[in-house]
Amino acid sequence: MRKLVFAVAALALATTAAFADVIADRQAVMKENAKDVGTLVKMVKGETPFDAAAVLAALTALNNNVQKIDVAASFPAGSDKGDTTASPKIWEDPAGFQAQVDKFKAVTAAAVANPAQDLDALKAQVGAIGQTCGTCHEAFRVKKG
Amino acid sequence: MAVLRKLAIAALALGGAGAAAFWWLTVPEKLGAETLAALGTGDATRGQRIFDAGGCASCHAKAKSEGDARLQLVGGVELKTQFGTFVAPNISPDAKDGIGGWSLEDFANAMLKGVARDGQHLYPAFPYTSYARMKPADVADLYAFMTTLPPIAGKAPDHDLAFPFNIRRGIGLWKQLYLSDEPVVALAAGTPEKVLHGRNLVEGAGHCGECHTPRSFAGGPENAQWLAGAKAAEGDGVVPNITPEGRDMSGWSESDIASYLETGFTPEFDSVGGTMVEVQKNMARLTAEDREAIAAYLKAIPGRANGFSGSQPKPTG
Ligand code: HEC
Ligand code: HEC
Ligand code: HEC
Repeated sequence: MRKLVFAVAALALATTAAFADVIADRQAVMKENAKDVGTLVKMVKGETPFDAAAVLAALTALNNNVQKIDVAASFPAGSDKGDTTASPKIWEDPAGFQAQVDKFKAVTAAAVANPAQDLDALKAQVGAIGQTCGTCHEAFRVKKG
Repeated sequence: MAVLRKLAIAALALGGAGAAAFWWLTVPEKLGAETLAALGTGDATRGQRIFDAGGCASCHAKAKSEGDARLQLVGGVELKTQFGTFVAPNISPDAKDGIGGWSLEDFANAMLKGVARDGQHLYPAFPYTSYARMKPADVADLYAFMTTLPPIAGKAPDHDLAFPFNIRRGIGLWKQLYLSDEPVVALAAGTPEKVLHGRNLVEGAGHCGECHTPRSFAGGPENAQWLAGAKAAEGDGVVPNITPEGRDMSGWSESDIASYLETGFTPEFDSVGGTMVEVQKNMARLTAEDREAIAAYLKAIPGRANGFSGSQPKPTG
């Protein structure tokens, strides 16, 4: 009996630890996305000067990151528990979540294929990307205090 | 036997007095002559800003409307609460199904007193507890703008509420507790105009307290915990503390706040989420001065401990 309890406890610990890694990894990806987007937003706000080469570099990094998102690997069932702001809706509406990921991939791919050459174009591009972030966060993310 | 009779009469009298008090306390009260005079004539261009600040389209247009559809106020958005489900009505200028027949006075009574044209109480799911703090002139501007919108036919479904919440008269008691046009945060004489303007936008049209302030058991705002954050109305999330003691707010400058309201990005370039997305889109439509005023006010109000971490501590893991 003692052994069984121990085995169960160990298993529980192991799964939490496994999810902790998955959660930390996906958050790290999101943080990198935020950094790349930040480079662009700073230009839009006039905090840094417009720089076409830097725009392309940031868009390329963002797009490479986004194309790698794999819902099954990064959002396994049960990983809404723990130090995460992932909403249970991800698992209640997997098709809806996948659609947001696909949209995200399409938007960043389109941006790299046609990177902004001036500030006005960049404003529009950042607007479209920001909208994609917000739409997914609106439905599939929840702050837990 | 005589004792019993006396008791019954006493109970009846008491009950009668209670009913009379209930009747008297719950009479829908309309605006006084002074406020009505302060309405003025109204300016539709200025009114568009109030419309955006007030987020009217978020509830009264079809869910997720963009572009021109935001201006078709046909109603139908459902609001799920602990009291039942409310459905936002048609407030387009349609004479039959909307509020096309309403005068400015009727409209102002709804916005500032929560009283409908037929004299009945409106439910505070329509956030007039906040709108009551708007300037009368802003209400007139909003009215002028709303009359320029397209009339749309069609009634939204009725609310789905359980007894006793389906009795409008009872809202009168609620109003005794929570309806006031006094500012929530008293600001000292000599407070900069910018902060006062921010207070007007946040406490009034912006109705930020409806989500960011915790609610009492009766569903009213706990103003001692003004903007301190609250449990979300739906789901198990929280709405953050946006007083200067909020976890994020304590590190954000005024320009960080204004920029968040404009772009939807935090200083770390995280993106806005949840129900704040709709609000942020509306904030992006205001002027830079308006957003800066809101930011200045949020920095000027008293800091409060988190309003959502009250009763049950959240288990982690
Ligand atoms: C397909 C949906 C989706 C899209 C699109 C999306 N996010 Fe996220 N984001 C999430 C989810 C889900 C989380 C919560 C992850 C967690 O905590 O486990 C998150 C979390 C974050 C975080 C917090 C990470 C942390 O450390 O907790 C940042 C920052 C972020 N996103 C930035 C962005 C930016 C910037 C964009 C747009 C360029 C974006 N996201 C687009 C779903 C999305
Ligand atoms: C959070 C959602 C919400 C927002 C935001 C909101 N309303 Fe409403 N509104 C409602 C609901 C729900 C009702 C129905 C109340 C009732 O039946 O008692 C309502 C009722 C009304 C009525 C009374 C209509 C009638 O037929 O009796 C008017 C007028 C109105 N709203 C105008 C506005 C305006 C103008 C704004 C923006 C400044 C606004 N509302 C913003 C939810 C909202
Ligand atoms: C419909 C509910 C709702 C209303 C109304 C609302 N908010 Fe929010 N607000 C939220 C939620 C939910 C969040 C958390 C956003 C997220 O998860 O990214 C938030 C986040 C914020 C934040 C960022 C806080 C942080 O710690 O990251 C600020 C600033 C803010 N709101 C200001 C306002 C202001 C100013 C108003 C009024 C003009 C307002 N909000 C009205 C729901 C609301």
